[in-house]
Amino acid sequence: MSLRLLCALPLAAMLAFPLHAASAPQEWESVLEEARGQTVYWHAWAGDTRVNDYIAWVKSRVRAEHDIELVHVKIDDTGSAVSRVLAERSAGNHDDGSVDLIWINGENFAAMKENALLYGPFAEQLPNFALTHPEHNPEVVNDFTLPTEGYESPWGKAQLTFYYDAAELDEAPPRGMAQLLAWAEANPGRFAYPRIPDFLGSTFLKQALVALADDSDALYEPVAQSDFETVTAPLWHYLDALHPHLWRSGRQFPANGPELRSLMADGELALAFTFNPAEPAAAVADFELPESTRSYVLDGGTLGNVHFVAIPYNSPRRAGAMVVANFLLSPEAQARKQDLAVWGDPTVLDVARLDGESRALFEQQSDNPALLAPEALAETLPEPHPSWMTALQDAWQARYVGR
Amino acid sequence: MLRLAPLLIVTLLVGPILAGLAMALLPAFGYLPALGGHGFSLDPWRQLLAQPGLARSVGVSFASGLFTTAVSLAVVLLFLAGVSGSRLDRWIRRLVAPLLSLPHAAAAFGLAFLIAPSGLLARLVSPGLTGWQRPPDLLIVNDPWGLSLLAGLVIKETPFLLLMCLAALPQLDAERRVAMARSLGYRPMTAWLKVVAPSLYPLIRLPVFAVIAYATSVVDVALILGPTLPPTLAVSILTWFNDPDLSRRFMASAGAVLQLGVTATALIAWCCLERLVARLGRHWLARGGRGQGERPLRLAGKGLILLASLTAFVGLVGLALSSIAGFWRFPDALPQSLTATHWLRALPTLTGPIATTALIAIGTTLLALSLTLAALENEQRSGRRPAEGKLLSALTLLYLPLIVPQIAFLFGLVVVMESLGTRPRLWLVIFGHLLFVLPYAFLSLAEAYRRFDPRWTQLALSLGASRNAIFWRVRLPMLLAPLLTAGAVGLAVSIGQYLPTLLLGAGRIATVTTEAVSLAAGGNRRVIGVWALVQASLPLVGFIIAVGLPRLLWSNRRDMRGSP
Amino acid sequence: MSAGHRLVLDDVRIILQGNTLLELDAEIGPGEVYTVMGPSGSGKSTLLAYLAGFLAPAFQASGRVLLDGHDISRLPAERRGIGLLFQDPLLFPHLSVAGNLRFGMPRAAADKAGRIETALERVGLAGFGQRDPATLSGGQKARVALMRLLLSAPRAVLLDEPFSKLDRPLRHDMRRLVFDRLREAGLPSLLVTHDREDAEEAGGRMIELSH
Repeated sequence: MSLRLLCALPLAAMLAFPLHAASAPQEWESVLEEARGQTVYWHAWAGDTRVNDYIAWVKSRVRAEHDIELVHVKIDDTGSAVSRVLAERSAGNHDDGSVDLIWINGENFAAMKENALLYGPFAEQLPNFALTHPEHNPEVVNDFTLPTEGYESPWGKAQLTFYYDAAELDEAPPRGMAQLLAWAEANPGRFAYPRIPDFLGSTFLKQALVALADDSDALYEPVAQSDFETVTAPLWHYLDALHPHLWRSGRQFPANGPELRSLMADGELALAFTFNPAEPAAAVADFELPESTRSYVLDGGTLGNVHFVAIPYNSPRRAGAMVVANFLLSPEAQARKQDLAVWGDPTVLDVARLDGESRALFEQQSDNPALLAPEALAETLPEPHPSWMTALQDAWQARYVGR
Repeated sequence: MLRLAPLLIVTLLVGPILAGLAMALLPAFGYLPALGGHGFSLDPWRQLLAQPGLARSVGVSFASGLFTTAVSLAVVLLFLAGVSGSRLDRWIRRLVAPLLSLPHAAAAFGLAFLIAPSGLLARLVSPGLTGWQRPPDLLIVNDPWGLSLLAGLVIKETPFLLLMCLAALPQLDAERRVAMARSLGYRPMTAWLKVVAPSLYPLIRLPVFAVIAYATSVVDVALILGPTLPPTLAVSILTWFNDPDLSRRFMASAGAVLQLGVTATALIAWCCLERLVARLGRHWLARGGRGQGERPLRLAGKGLILLASLTAFVGLVGLALSSIAGFWRFPDALPQSLTATHWLRALPTLTGPIATTALIAIGTTLLALSLTLAALENEQRSGRRPAEGKLLSALTLLYLPLIVPQIAFLFGLVVVMESLGTRPRLWLVIFGHLLFVLPYAFLSLAEAYRRFDPRWTQLALSLGASRNAIFWRVRLPMLLAPLLTAGAVGLAVSIGQYLPTLLLGAGRIATVTTEAVSLAAGGNRRVIGVWALVQASLPLVGFIIAVGLPRLLWSNRRDMRGSP
Repeated sequence: MSAGHRLVLDDVRIILQGNTLLELDAEIGPGEVYTVMGPSGSGKSTLLAYLAGFLAPAFQASGRVLLDGHDISRLPAERRGIGLLFQDPLLFPHLSVAGNLRFGMPRAAADKAGRIETALERVGLAGFGQRDPATLSGGQKARVALMRLLLSAPRAVLLDEPFSKLDRPLRHDMRRLVFDRLREAGLPSLLVTHDREDAEEAGGRMIELSH
């Protein structure tokens, strides 16, 4: 162990040196210089063609602007990238890792940070990071209650958003957990949530728990500090009542958010939800969902979070990865990402504090009725501590798997 | 040099598997220093056994292995017993190769789209026959009993076993045997089952074992069609390995060892079944029944194999349709509009993966064919069939990669490769594919090579030709057709590989299969349709060349067509 | 055509698992056809395999085979200079008729095309060079096989029941053709057969192997 440290230290110091004081513009210049000509491998979930197309655009921009060759390593589960970095560490590969940048948040970030698999702090050194104004927007430096401490750089925002086909539904859609149960009883087989441990499904559990728990403050502390059984009892009671009225009578669950969407498209479901507020509108534009699709958030707000990019500790091309992370934070890249025709992912920049020219990039006219009204997103509930996610997943599986 | 070929093959195949298994076994008992596991313990096993639904996962994996094999084998034997050389029979035989080349994932996507409650079949009969205005809430795909998984596997394994049987049959002189039995008063199908099947089975035993091993441990098909609460054991293991909670890797390794045990148990159970069937069969043979009422059986054989083939093709048609569909609401049998958008959007991202896929597949196949030819040529020159010497044990090891579940050794192999300082490169993926392409290439070429009439060689020698000249000027050209077929099989196997590409390529090497499966996470049927079609058509190119090239080259050589 | 060669089987003995399968001592002069008769299983084919140089490893053999005074029993098959004629004509299906004839010709042979054409003319097959062997009749194939053998310039010939698959009327003509050509070329030949007529028309010495 000590020997390994000794070997790793000089190298880390060498690499860290030019980056350490990069706050000054000329130091950032040297990062840019170092990044030139590097090939950056970015492991990012690839389950959505719109996201992939956006990343392909980033690739062409950083090539033109910074002479960086960006490779999108398409994965279907961020855990696999984490597990790859781990495999490299277990093989003693501390300085020539194959992952340079990961799209990450929540439990994956918590696991990597806890196991010292991340490089950093680096976020504060990115010139564009200041545009997020963390002093006014604490969510860009907190990931599921964990302070990011500069080990990841914010990229986009998500908020739990419900959607339905207005032409199919006679009554108004349910606006709270209790109404949802009543609605499901009246419309058996027309609602579902993704199978745990999918992150959207887990978010639904947390959303329900926040709404149902008697003591929701406990959720913002590590799970070990509270009585899990007592806190979660109302949730299980609720789910036991809900499951018989779900799609397939709760004997099977869709794999993930996109499958929810395609079940909506097939008319199997009448009500679904997503973590990307613009997804329903985008799906209408893609011929997937009917034009009568509408979006809304629950009364009292829904869970929202920020997703980030992070750099593994053993990436040999940190400079390149940092330049890409910085580009992702540029008004140009953020505005394009928020464009409904491209992806529709909300920006992490503090748009109100941008200069006029940059702010103009974000002004988009959209009359897509499936799109959520921007004011609806004001009601955002913070994510619980990441340890709750794991504990809820385990408890759910012990309860409902193999029955 | 030639003499080293068998040794080289065995080292290439067995070394990585043993190393990978070792690196699964150590963490399974708590040893993985990089993760803080310095001592040996049974904790991973305790953790594994405490997993909810484990017994069910194991049960489904075990049962789907045995049932897939039993059903596929029964369908193939019934069909072969009833073959009468009619046009339909020849047509079915011709379907085998393209069906075999269809990647498992593409076939599974097609089947899922066909039989889902909102799938093509339900759309065709709704609302006319069923009155369904929206898809019925029925649990068909991903059913907890694994029946749709079973169906998906049978569709793919039936053509494999049929091809293996067709390759073995010429040795048995089946027609004369049946004619003999018929002259003794046996009905044709009974005659085939009594005098041909018992000698045929030993020849296809290894492929049958490969089917059992594959079906008990498959990942991609089970992801698409298998049960979910809990999934099959192999899928659970993959999830555990990818879990961000890194301590789960110990449990995942224990799961990999358990998977090895499940596959081994399924093989042993099959061997017991073999004995039982052999005993009953002897009784049945000795009783001397000549066979009555064969018609239903004959129809069943043809019907089932047709059903399997048609399902695969109609599934593909469904995928093709959805890849060009505009808005397509249930219960419309056809999309409201057609659009090229999905293809146009995919086009720029298709070329890279297609080129990589082709490069890996061609590289792997050329390597595999060279090694196979070297080993077979060595066999010819030394005059020793592997059955006559120690080589047997060595070359039987060829089948090891087909019998040992991928999931059990690939993760360990990645750790080994990493500790050797090997970085993910194209050649590493090619090497990984070789593990699976080589056995199939060998399997499909060996029979033709060994059956090659030795008098051709003797004649050429007596005409003064050297051994090398005979290889290049007599054996290769005369065996061109089976050689190309073996090449096409190799290409198809390589193109279909998912786990080895993903793991050994560190995800950086994108092939059409890894892209298709990762896009499947998005659940967008239209995009899946595009990629599954591309995935399905690539291996077909290989088979078209394998069938077309000899016809073109030998257009003026009558005895070279349709032979050997 | 050439000076004539001599094939000597000097105390040849073939052993399988300790049992002597056959013993033979013979001297075959230029143009002579020496016939070995015997029922199947008497070791005729084993003898041919031994002389041609592809005896299976399971057999052991002792004695010497002298061709023009040189012991060839240790040489690899392709360097023995012994030609073979099988029951079947075995024309390579992927080569044309001319390609088959060319296959056996020594690499250094001059005017290959001319000699091939002459050879075809001599057996009544002029102009057949570019034909697909599969389109030839049985008798035509047999004649091409014979010419291929002769063009490969062997120094001795082994005949493995070469006429047994031919129709009866054709068989007589073929025997005449083969024996005449071999005599003309001065080649010592060893004929293995179980057809007594073969032996009679060959006109040379004959021995019978018993079981």
